[in-house]
Amino acid sequence: MQAAKKNMATKTESATTQTSPSTSNSLVSIRSVAKNFGKNIVLRDISLEIAEGEFLTILGESGSGKTTLLRILAGFEHPTSGEVWMSNERLDTQPPYRRRVNTVFQSYALFPHMTVEQNVGYGLSIAKRPAAEIEQRVSEALAKVKMSAYAKSKPSKISGGQQQRIALARALVNRPQVLLLDEPLSALDANLRREMQVELKALQREVGITFIFVTHDQEEAMVMSDRIALLRSGELEQVASPREIYSRPATSYTAQFIGHTNLLHADVLNGTAMCDRLTWPTTIADGEALFSLRPESIRIARIAPPAIGQQKAEPSIRFRATLRDQVFHGATELLRVECAGGLLLTIRTASRDLPKGPLEFEFNAADAVPVRATRLGSNAPDSASKDSASKDSSSVNSSSTDSKPKDFKVQDSNTEVASPKFIKSVKKESA
Amino acid sequence: MFSRAYRTVITVPPLLWVAIFLLVPYALMFCYSFWSVNDAGTILHSWTMTNYHELLTKPVYWQTLLRSMWIAARVMFFSMLLGFLLAYFLSFHAGARKDLYYQLVIIPLWVSYLVRAYAWKTILGTDGVLNTLLQYVHVTKHPLDFLLYSPFAVVLTLTHIYTPFTFLPIYASLEHIPRHLVEASHDLGATPAQTFWRVILPLSIPGLLAGATFAFVLSLGDFLAPLLLGGPSGIMISNIVVSLFGAAYNWPLGAAISLCMLALVLALIFFSERLEKKWSFQ
Repeated sequence: MQAAKKNMATKTESATTQTSPSTSNSLVSIRSVAKNFGKNIVLRDISLEIAEGEFLTILGESGSGKTTLLRILAGFEHPTSGEVWMSNERLDTQPPYRRRVNTVFQSYALFPHMTVEQNVGYGLSIAKRPAAEIEQRVSEALAKVKMSAYAKSKPSKISGGQQQRIALARALVNRPQVLLLDEPLSALDANLRREMQVELKALQREVGITFIFVTHDQEEAMVMSDRIALLRSGELEQVASPREIYSRPATSYTAQFIGHTNLLHADVLNGTAMCDRLTWPTTIADGEALFSLRPESIRIARIAPPAIGQQKAEPSIRFRATLRDQVFHGATELLRVECAGGLLLTIRTASRDLPKGPLEFEFNAADAVPVRATRLGSNAPDSASKDSASKDSSSVNSSSTDSKPKDFKVQDSNTEVASPKFIKSVKKESA
Repeated sequence: MFSRAYRTVITVPPLLWVAIFLLVPYALMFCYSFWSVNDAGTILHSWTMTNYHELLTKPVYWQTLLRSMWIAARVMFFSMLLGFLLAYFLSFHAGARKDLYYQLVIIPLWVSYLVRAYAWKTILGTDGVLNTLLQYVHVTKHPLDFLLYSPFAVVLTLTHIYTPFTFLPIYASLEHIPRHLVEASHDLGATPAQTFWRVILPLSIPGLLAGATFAFVLSLGDFLAPLLLGGPSGIMISNIVVSLFGAAYNWPLGAAISLCMLALVLALIFFSERLEKKWSFQ
């Protein structure tokens, strides 16, 4: 709702501990929540502060624990350890029907024996509101989701997109403090989904209710959220605004999961990073390091070298490479190029015809963002150390995800083809 | 799509079966119900309404029919109650033991009906298990004689026998209720009790109707339980039909009563199916 509140909440997540009740602007406070199903650890030590009026997206692959976290907030699951607080009251000990939290289910979960109107009015009628009030609020809620014409229909008689709106109205009509949305758009076709993303975001601004939205679709998360909490194997990988999480990914996993990237294994010595024959200045300490360089950060160099003053402000790194592959995507296209030393990079440029032969490319040193090698769950080997132990320490890689044994899904919702698989196929030929 | 020979082989035997063992006997019964029998015991093949007239005017027939319906209604009520509780427990609270309990409910169906009816006879009799126990713990001084050879015994036995029949459709309909509907109800503020009355019960109505129909129709036509355990006061309409076709040798009247019962049962099934359709949302 207020931008100021959102900004203040942005950086609180890592500082949270299970000490005192949360500070004034945090509405929901998740404190060291862990969840096991028998021996299966689903969530470990999740701490997160959610501000009032915020649109927070919990993003993760299937099996990352995002739905479990949402179900803990709704009250359908109990955390194995840790606490959840809302408005300075303990939430996780309350049954779901006492929480001022409502859920929009992935399958909508409309009551089939009730009309649309009865579905939307269910919560109010349970709360024993006067009939006149129920009628008025239901018709307002239906108007808000543009479904007034279907008030008397049964849910089975309306389309999936319409059922989705009813599920939303049924939750919002109760004026919850927090609205939980469990992949509500995943059953809709692509066009309707995009439309609903915009509508949902607008609706959230209008009602000012905190939305906690669960999805596996990184694009959806980027479009709608104030902040994204990226979950990986039951742990929070990074919590930040979409812009920040994209431009300054903290880990190699984040860099690869949100958008696409070239991961560069480099050796840093005296403020210079070196990966194969590429070198660029950096501020991080000496030693081995991983850098994320977005494909769109690399561009085809202008024929004339840039003006001297400009070069000082943004040191640009030039290199020559040969075009290996070119995939057309409409407005942009993806290039795979091979540098002189055999290093392969993915580059996104505006679509145009390219000359044959070696080309000159450049990127700004600041766009090579140092990232932490993603720590893996206890059940998987540490791939970062495995990588650095191998001779091939300088190649573009995505092996931190490759060695994860389970459930890495190629993001079919992406418009770009450069999934981690694509990057993986890029190998250093001169090794 | 399929060859003519194949279709013939597949369709003719079942049709023959239905015709010979169902349609022809019903047609014969229909004819018999309009014929009559003279004092010499000869069937007179001339059309008459006397059987139906007798059925409606002689109290013994319509009163027994009413009593049978009353017994069937009680059996229906108790077996629904038990069946629903059992099915609800299994479906919502049995957890990992669900399959085991389900088998335990089904197993009695494999035991012969007669064995189960006789078992009740040994339990309820004057020197039966129950009376001996009651006297042993000094609840009563003399054996309770209403236990056996009474409508009570018939209702008890039929309830025992038909509860699995009501359990099955109720259990199926409870299992078909998507669990996220229950969660959605809780999420919208409904307590478990409110959720039961407003979501679970309405959605299990098709199963309840099917179970009720089973219990009522099966007990209405039962003649073994009243024969073994009913005594004179527990006689049901089927016992009368049996005796009319047997010792009394009045096939026409027996046929007329049978047809009335058939009509009653068909009407019941028809209405319960219409109601089930109205309440099913799959």
